[in-house]
This record gives sequence, C-alpha cells and structure tokens, in this order.
Amino acid sequence: MNSFFKRRYIIQGIFILVALILLGRLYYIQVVDDRYKLSADNNVLRKLVIYPARGVILDRFSKVLVQNEPVYDLMVIPGQVEEMDTLEFCKLIKISKPAFDKAFKKAKNYSLYRASLFQKQLSAVTYAAFQEKLFEYPGFYVQNRSVRFYPDSTAAQFLGYIGEVNDREIKKYDGFYSQGDYIGKTGIEKSYEELLRGQRGVRNIMVDVHNRDQGSFFDGKYDTTAVAGDNLISSLDKKLQMFGESLMVNKIGSIVAIEPSTGEILASISSPGYDPNMMVGRERGNNYMKLLNNPFKPMFIRPIQAEYPPGSIFKVINALVAQEMGVIDANTYFNCPGGYKYGRNGWMGCTHVHGTINLEQSIEESCNTYYGNTFSRMIDHSGLRPVNAYTRWRNMVMKFGIGNALGIDLPAERNGLIPTADYYTKRFKNDKWTSSFNISLSIGQGELGITPLQMANVMAIVANRGFYYKPHLIKAIGDKKIIKEEYTIRNDAGIEAKYFDPVIQGMSNVVNAPNGTAYNAKINDIEICGKTGTVQNPHGDNHSVFVAFAPRENPKIAIAVVVENAGYGATWSAPIASLMIEKYLRDSITRPKYYMDRLLNANLLPGQKKLYNKPSVKKDTIIPIKMESTKPVSIIKQTIH
Amino acid sequence: MSNQNRSFFFNVDYITIFLYICLMAIGWFNIHAAVYNADESIINLTSNSGKQLIYIIVALIVAIAILLLDSKFFFTFSPVFYGITILLLMAVLVVGRNVGGNQAWIPIGSFRLQPSEFAKWATSLLLARQLGVVNTKISELKTLLPTLAVLGFPILLIILQPDAGSALVFISLIFVLYREGLSPYFLIGGFIMVLLFILTLLYPKLYIIMVMVLLVAFLSYQFRKNRKMITVFLSGLILSLLFVFSVDFVYNHILKPHQKVRIDLILGKVSDLRGVGYNVNQSKIAIGSGGLIGKGYLQGTQTKFDFVPEQSTDFIFCTVGEEWGFIGSFIVIGLYVFLLLRIIHIAERQRAPFGRIYGYAVACIIFCHFFVNIAMTIGLMPVIGIPLPFISYGGSSLLSFTILLFTLIKLDSNRMGIV
Repeated sequence: MNSFFKRRYIIQGIFILVALILLGRLYYIQVVDDRYKLSADNNVLRKLVIYPARGVILDRFSKVLVQNEPVYDLMVIPGQVEEMDTLEFCKLIKISKPAFDKAFKKAKNYSLYRASLFQKQLSAVTYAAFQEKLFEYPGFYVQNRSVRFYPDSTAAQFLGYIGEVNDREIKKYDGFYSQGDYIGKTGIEKSYEELLRGQRGVRNIMVDVHNRDQGSFFDGKYDTTAVAGDNLISSLDKKLQMFGESLMVNKIGSIVAIEPSTGEILASISSPGYDPNMMVGRERGNNYMKLLNNPFKPMFIRPIQAEYPPGSIFKVINALVAQEMGVIDANTYFNCPGGYKYGRNGWMGCTHVHGTINLEQSIEESCNTYYGNTFSRMIDHSGLRPVNAYTRWRNMVMKFGIGNALGIDLPAERNGLIPTADYYTKRFKNDKWTSSFNISLSIGQGELGITPLQMANVMAIVANRGFYYKPHLIKAIGDKKIIKEEYTIRNDAGIEAKYFDPVIQGMSNVVNAPNGTAYNAKINDIEICGKTGTVQNPHGDNHSVFVAFAPRENPKIAIAVVVENAGYGATWSAPIASLMIEKYLRDSITRPKYYMDRLLNANLLPGQKKLYNKPSVKKDTIIPIKMESTKPVSIIKQTIH
Repeated sequence: MSNQNRSFFFNVDYITIFLYICLMAIGWFNIHAAVYNADESIINLTSNSGKQLIYIIVALIVAIAILLLDSKFFFTFSPVFYGITILLLMAVLVVGRNVGGNQAWIPIGSFRLQPSEFAKWATSLLLARQLGVVNTKISELKTLLPTLAVLGFPILLIILQPDAGSALVFISLIFVLYREGLSPYFLIGGFIMVLLFILTLLYPKLYIIMVMVLLVAFLSYQFRKNRKMITVFLSGLILSLLFVFSVDFVYNHILKPHQKVRIDLILGKVSDLRGVGYNVNQSKIAIGSGGLIGKGYLQGTQTKFDFVPEQSTDFIFCTVGEEWGFIGSFIVIGLYVFLLLRIIHIAERQRAPFGRIYGYAVACIIFCHFFVNIAMTIGLMPVIGIPLPFISYGGSSLLSFTILLFTLIKLDSNRMGIV
C-alpha cells in the first residue's frame, strides 16, 4: 500500500464510467432507435417483382388477336464488367460505340453494384447470336420479358397498346405500378387493364455486399406468386375484321358490324389503320410520332370518335318515331313535286319527282319531301307547342342510342350530337321556332352528329324490331367466360314492333328491288335490308354511308359503313357492306372477281393538295356541324395523353 | 507455505482465467459467425475460425508456459525484452510489410508478427521495474524523465509506422503514472486537451479563445484570495491557447487527408456513407439492427453478407451487437469491466510495487483497446485500427494479450514472495 492507494477508485470509476457511456450509446442505437433496423433490411433485402403474363385476347372463335412474345432485355452490373472487346460487343448487339459508352456511363452513374437496363428488347435473332458469346462479357446478362405480339396485325385501334406508366398513372393507381411497368394505354388494353395485368408476384431475396443473390428471405415466407392475367374473348371475328380492313385500304372511314341478338361487335374497322406491332419494341417512339403526324390520322378511332350527320339513313329513325307518335302510318301518302317547300320560301330539294308516295316507298327511294312533311307533322302539328314537340321528338330519337355514348368497352367514345330545344331557342333568339327552322333534321343533315357505332346500333334495333344490347368488344372474360352484366341488359328503343314492318320492307327494297338505291349490294339468297346515305360535307366530297342488316328474318348481322369523301352511299359503302355481310354469313364471296377488285383497289383518299389546304368553315344554316375527321389532332391528344 | 507444496496452478487467480476463457470463446464463436459459410465447419482449418482455434490452443500453451516460469524472470529480463521489442520496432520500419498503410508487420512464414503488440508488454514490464524502485517519487524530475523516455521511445517508433491506435494505447499508460503519484493535473490537462481538440475543430478559434478567457477571468475572481489557484488558472489558459493554435496547425498541416476525414466524420463535419464513412455506417447499422435480443447466432445479415469490412478483426463487435443484441453487448462489456476491476484488485493486492505497477499497466492497455475498439464500431471514436482483446481474430493480438495477462497472473500467484 502506498499513499496514492485511493487513486485506484478514481481509475476504477473512470473505467466504469466509460463502460456506462458505451452501454448508453449501445442502448440508444440498438433498442431506442430503429432506424438501423430499416437500414439493415435495405442493405440485404431485395424485392424482385415477378411479372405475370398479361392476358391474351382472342377473337370470337378463339383465334389469337394479341399474345405475348418473349424479348430479351440486356442488363449490366457495371462493377462486374471486366476488360472486354467493346467493338465486338457493339457489333453483336448492333449498337454504335458512342451509344455503348453512353449507356454504360448511365448504368455506372446509377450504381456500380446494381443491375441497370443496358439495352431494351433485343430481338430473338440478336439474342440468339449474342447468347453464345455472353460468357465472354461478365457483368452483362439477359433478362426475359414479354411484349405484346399481334400475329395478324389486325384491329390495332381497338386492341390498343401498352406502354410504360407515366407519373400520373402511377399516382392514379396509388402505387400499384412503379416506374418502368407497363400499362394499357388505349383500347381494350386500357379498358380491361385490371383484368389483363394479372397479379404481380414478389420474391424477397437477400443479397450480399456485392449484390449477389444469397437465397430467399425467411424461406420464401413473404413471397407471393404471380397470377397470370385473365384471357379475354373478343366478339370480333378475326377473318371478318381482316377482310373489312382489306376492303378499307386507301379509304378513310369505318365499318362496324354488330350481332343484333347480343350486341357483340363482329368487326370494327377504322381506316386508315396501322400495324399494332408498330407500337411494340425499340422503334415504338418513332412509329408513334409517324402515326401522330400522318395526315389521315390513323390513331383516330373513327367508329367511336368520328361524328357525322347521318344523312338519309336518319329517315329510318324518323319513320319509326313518327309512327310511334301516331302522326303517320304505313298508308300515309305525301306528294313529292321534287322537293319540300317550307316556311315562306324555303325549298328542300329531292332527288326525283316521286309523285304520290307512301312510307315504304319513301324509304326505298329516299324521298326528302316525305320526311319534310313527316317532320313538320311531328313538330308543328302534334298538339304541342313546336318547342315541346321537338323535345319529345328528341327524347324518342335518343332512345335509339343517339346523342349519348353507347358505353362500348373502349375508352374515349364520343357522345355524338342531337341539339336540345334550348339550342334552337338561343340560336333563333326566341322559342317560337317551328320545323321550318331546322327542317334538315328530317333527312339527317344539319346539327346532328352520329358515330358509325351508333349507326350500326340503330340497324341492330331495326333488325331486332325495337331493342338492342349495348355494343361491346369483349364477350367473355377469363376461364369462366364471364360476361359483363351491363351487356346482358336489353335496352328498349320505345317503338312498337309493328311499326318496323313497312320500314323494313322499304329497306329490303333498297337492296333487292331493281329501282332500290343500293341494288348493286344485292346478294342472291340473302335478303339484305339497308339504307343508303350521302352526308353533305362542307370541306370536300360527300361521305358515302350505308347501313344494313341481314338476313331479314332472324338477322345475324347489322352493319354501318362510312367512306369519307367517296360520294353517294350506293357507290362505295353499299358494296362494301354487302361483301362484309356475305363474308360473315357465308364465309365466301359469290360475286365476280371484278366486283371485289374494284373495291379493293379503289383509292379514295383525298388528294394531297386538299389535305394541306385548311378548309374554311362556312356559316351555313343547313350544315353547321364540323366534320370531326378533318380536325382530329386535338382529339387524338385527348385519347392518348 | 513452502515452495515444495506449490503446483503450477497454486494461487492462480481462477476468476481472471475464467473471464479470459469466456472472452476467447465469445471471440471464437463470433469469428465463425463473421465468416459464416454454411458449407464450412467451425473447425475447418482454412477458415478464420479454424485458424483462431489454433491460435487459442497456442495461447493456452503459452499461458501454461508462463505459469511455469519463475516470477523473477520477468523482473530480471524486462530490460532485455524491452530492448528486443525496440529492435523489432526499428526492424519493422525497414523490413515490415505494409498492410493498409501501416508498416506494422514482420512476415515470418505464414505468420505475421506485429512487434507493437509485444512492445506493450515489454514496456509495461520495464515501466514497472523502473517505478517499482523503493522510494521513487514520480513527481521528481529525475524519476519522471527516464519514465517518459521508456514510454516515449516505443511511441515514437510506432508513430513512424504510422500506427496511431497503438500509440494511443501507450498514452493510456498515463493512468499508471497517475496511480503512482503523478499529479492529477496531468489527467485533467489531458482531458481538457481532448475537449479543446474537439472544440477547435468544430468551432472558430476566436469563440473558443473568448470563452476560455472569460472562464479564467470568472474563476480567478472567484478564487481571488488564493494566489496559487490564480497562477494555475492563468498558466492553464496560456497552455490552452498554445494548444488550440497547435491543434489547428497539426490538423491543417500535419495530419494526412485520410486521418482528417476520419476525424471529421466523427465530429459530424462531413458525412460520406459510401466512402470513408462506409465502415462505420455499416457497423452502426449492424449493431443497431440487433435490437434488444439480436437476430440470433449466425442470423446476422449484415455480418453474413459482408457489409462490414474487417469484421472478424477490428469490427468483430458488430457481430456481437447484431446477432446477440443489446443483451450480448451488455454481457461482453460487463465481462470486460469485471476483468478490469479484477485486474486492479489483483494489482492492489501485490506486495511488491513491480507487480502492482505492471497490473495497472495491463488494466490500462486492455481498457484502452476495449474502449477505443467498441467506441469506434458505434461511431463514438474515429476509425482506429486496434483489436478487441481476446475476441478479435488474429494470432499476434491473442498471443500478446495472453502473455500480458498471464504474466500478471504469474506475478500474482507468487505475490507473497519478494521480488
């Protein structure tokens, strides 16, 4: 013992104090602060998303419209890349040296140890050649992905396409998607996105400091398996669809064919179309711009987005509505002196001097005078004030599915247009207007807008004699073949069945009587009932329209054909509809070859000069509706972004 | 008691040996966990845990050999040991292998000898012998200067390697001098120096100087009747001012960039989690993620997947913290405190000053390693590469600590004898 004995306690005290400081700090970081726990998980846990196969879309006979095709994304982990023959490598994957340097730098900046995408979607051919040499390039590997593939390149606008999600979509679906995921952008791909995408799986793996796989976390306790998306069975008939597309080559317009008894859309052609495979793969961006800049607007889905005044086919509706109102019947005769005189000195010309003509003949010969008189009776002589009578008329017309979107299973369907009474009251400054003020509605001209889909649906109503099912493109979902309930509900057009007889007889005569306006569309042994229309177009040649259903008894197909700038309905649209009907009902064409060749080879595109001259919009009381198809740029933007 | 009755282990302090074995066992299991690979057995001789087992066996043999020696041996030969280690420390500067920036190793076959580990032991012995002379007063200059020389020589050589960690261990021997009568002002001064060092690097010099001047003025006023105290305060102020300026100078002109960065990281002046701060950050994550009871033996993800570098050597405590949690950390720290207190207890019961002084030296060295190493892994100290005694992987380290401890146990077993 010496005199400094007590200092042992000070030294011991310091030792204990230091130990307590260490323990305090340890208690804090181990027990109190759980930040470190998260950091440790971030270090070692990687969530691998397992992408399910997207649902396949089949046609009504289970033929593939869209399927998945494997592609190969080239990935790189820059930290593992060794010295290599860069030029040889570039040659193998078909990129330039600067492109290689750029991609490599980008990957390096992202992370040395994590994989980044080096080159998107190598084709199967490139991959096959590259695969053998892959081992020479440590740090590079290939990841399988699947992209959409359209074996017959058909129905592009209706199937739609998928693309990488944007920020807005990520937000909208509340974190379901993350950057780089694919989502349906348009068409069926978009409207059935939630069914097609399936359920993603997650595999939790642990990695070491070099990001190497160290096996699954907790033996896969938190893993989920991917569930493939539902397959969709479309109502489209691929053969008919492709046949229609070939008929519409070099023409602008639409064909819509519906099965009246179900509302299933058999064919829906929007021309010009495009090859849906253009929207897949490395060239996608360029192709997209090409399509967007194409003056004929291939991205514009005409059957549901183009609105036309229906022209003479609207007479069918007026004939039915007038009968239901009781202002005419099958035996009502009007005299046609070659036109209809209205107001003080208004004159609506007719094609011929028809003389005394009844309802059936008025349809067959498309007599404007008859409908001028009919419309006048409905509006001016119904016992109501014309303004109110107009509203009643409008409501009855709207029951045909006009003026509102039909609710097809595609995004961006347009409503069409049928003006309200208020519209005219405002326009004429008071509500004392009569049928003389909007007489053009009697023959389907003027302020009307109807989509080709709505036209075809009207034919389905006539074929069914008074009702329709909502037209739709998907008839069954998944293995259980579920059909959406809304497509099984019968919608009534509010017209008694007996009123259809004279109209249908007239429509039959249009095609089958030698003096009918569409006699050239007649098919032996199939009774087509149809109606031609010629839509006045202030911007150029008139649009050719033809609507029809067939056969007359127990109808199987209702169809609308619009060919823009093609003149009379009978000239182009009726033969096209006729061929479509025969193709669908008989699966073969009995007409002579020249009949079809004329249609297949016709080029009815407007001349290039005309395209670049912006047509001036005339203020015209008869035709104030602007043709949507002539300025669809803004619409396309709406549907895509 | 007669010499004939004594066996090898007579009077041996079994508590210390028990603690020693506990720590070694903890080390061995955790080294296995740190390099864990499901395919390898813990005694696979090519793995670190297998090698460590060999080192443990060697260490135990050496321990027994020390117990067999005559306790006078250490007293007598301490100048020789000291001389040899000084020669080795010189030699390492010439023929040593440079590992991680430090020229600290002499390769002998597959074994790498680290002379600085043994220098601690030899210096402790010589220090004990020198101060143990009856009636020395350390406060006298003629005692203090040779003592400082004994300490300073190896420190100088080690700084030349440069190995700041080992140098720090030697500096910790100041507690021994304190126990033997060194003025407490040295301890207080040392503490103030550390404080000022940190403050100088964190805050502008001007503020620190102003605070110091105000503080001294206030204290001088309080003690205005005590002239002696005022003198102490004023000289303290002058020394502190000199220190502040020299720290500034050393930091800006003498420290190497990597050393500056390490200090900056601790002080929170920079944060660089990918670069220099990577080790510490990953180490903190490992320990912090252990929670209260840990992830379980061999279940530490940070440890298993190599996120913490050096984890079987300097960062072995990460494995303890991650797999055994706060409870494991508590037990390990508890064992060290128990061991240190036991060593001081042993030191104090020595009749001969040689044993007592040597005992304190052992306590200081172990304490310094234990504190600096653990503080480093949890981010309280800069990264200073010194091993955790008895636990860290490595032959040199285990062997030198064994020799250090068992020399004390041997001296203690013979404490009744007169040295």
